[in-house]
Amino acid sequence: MAQEAQLNTLKNAPPAPAVAAAVTFDVRQLNVWFGANHVLHNVSLAIPTKAVTAVIGPSGCGKSTFLRSLNRMHELVPTARVEGRITLFGRDLYGRDVDASLVRRRVGMVFQKSNPFPTMSVAENVTVGLRLNGMRNKGLLAERMERSLQMAALWDEVKDRLDANALSLSGGQQQRLCIARALAIEPEVLLMDEPASALDPLATAKIEELILQLKNDYTIVIVTHNMQQAARISSETAFFYLGELIEHGQTNRIFTNPRQKQTEDYVTGRFG
Amino acid sequence: MNPWYNRWRKIKSSCVSGLCLICALVVIAPLALVLFHLLQKGASSLDWSFFTQLPKPSGDPGGGMANAIVGSATLLGLAGLIGIPIGVLGGIYLSEFGSPRMNWAIRFAADILSGTPSIVWGIVVYALVVLPITGYSAYAAGLALGFMMIPLVIRTTEEMLVLVPNIYREAAFALGIPHWRIVLSIVLKTAGRGIVTGILLAAARVAGETAPLLFTALGNNSWSHRLSEPIAALPLQIFTYSNSPYDDWLRQAWAGALVLILFVLALNIAVRVMTRSRTPHLTR
Repeated sequence: MAQEAQLNTLKNAPPAPAVAAAVTFDVRQLNVWFGANHVLHNVSLAIPTKAVTAVIGPSGCGKSTFLRSLNRMHELVPTARVEGRITLFGRDLYGRDVDASLVRRRVGMVFQKSNPFPTMSVAENVTVGLRLNGMRNKGLLAERMERSLQMAALWDEVKDRLDANALSLSGGQQQRLCIARALAIEPEVLLMDEPASALDPLATAKIEELILQLKNDYTIVIVTHNMQQAARISSETAFFYLGELIEHGQTNRIFTNPRQKQTEDYVTGRFG
Repeated sequence: MNPWYNRWRKIKSSCVSGLCLICALVVIAPLALVLFHLLQKGASSLDWSFFTQLPKPSGDPGGGMANAIVGSATLLGLAGLIGIPIGVLGGIYLSEFGSPRMNWAIRFAADILSGTPSIVWGIVVYALVVLPITGYSAYAAGLALGFMMIPLVIRTTEEMLVLVPNIYREAAFALGIPHWRIVLSIVLKTAGRGIVTGILLAAARVAGETAPLLFTALGNNSWSHRLSEPIAALPLQIFTYSNSPYDDWLRQAWAGALVLILFVLALNIAVRVMTRSRTPHLTR
């Protein structure tokens, strides 16, 4: 139990706001370099709480890097360097005393290619984040496992084969398993990097439906190449081009009444 | 196109592929010859007492190599105690933590070491360990064989870890799992089968080494009760017996050689079976 208590204190280290703050991430003058390559230029935007923010733009525009800077995953590239400021509920993500792995426990991530651990069962995949962060209580693990699978809309499909290897699930199920795995450590934010781009239309529809449900409890930032998807599921959209944030606003307005010429060209399919 | 030219071209082609076939057969032929010869000379002396009895003085019928078989297993165990942890951890360092310059130096050293003649290991351990500290002993022999295993295990461990796709490391990092736990519980587990394969191959490689044992284990005609005593080993026993003038010792040397090669063959077959039924994600 001591370890669980520790896990929870760590997780809540910067206190979650008592009243729901309107802004989850506040990004100011963010610049990111990989070696000499200047990938993001002076990006500033605020990401609203319990809403879906879509990040769109052509390949190589820096949208994945932006997403990864929100949970410091870009630091896995040794040459990465960041300037500027990102706060999560008012606390500096890049503060001296802030450990990257603690940030990642609060800001979960789902990847383009589903990546359940091949050596583990369905159930083990869901609880791995808790177990390897020190949680031992079996009852609590089982409870979190079921709840996470339910939130990921996967429980009914896998409840009879929780001990089967995770790779025996279909592609769409594997991706929802990855979402359940990310939810199990109870993050406050979910980052999604093109989570449906490798899935067929039916599986994509399920993921989108799931995202719309999850936004009631989580702040969601999703990178997508699919303009219709952005329009369907997001309330705000940010358009990136060549490492710059060109335009950011309500999804409806971005798609119907963009202020920038480049945004209009992109959302109408004239380039990209 | 000139039809003669065309035919000439085809003749050349079949000549070259025929040559390649012959060369390939040359690789297989020695293995077949060795196995056939050993079976012919050694199988007749392989009986129950060979595995259960101690060597008898020359002239006495019967006797076996039980002590040498147990000795070889002991030495392999000692070598594994040194070679496996150091090799695996070193391989983890190369794949997961090392900087390019450091890795270059370590790989270079490992490659030189794995090419070092085994007799060199023998005299080095003899001079640095046997003479000043342990005397002829199982410890010294295990140390020599263990050192021989390290570079082999390091390189295969590294190669197997590098094969683990990065998407799994990313997934684990994104869950806020500490780096060392990611390496131990996820990366190492995913590559587990390949690493075990590398360890088995390294064991098969050192199991038959004789030269380092001459300087370290010395050999023993009876059981060794302590690891600080000289110890028998199959390759040593074969070496001693095959140099003797006695017929029954020579026959037993053949039998010992047969057992040794069957052991190495069994390890290699185990490796084949393991790599064939590898988990699907690594072959995909």
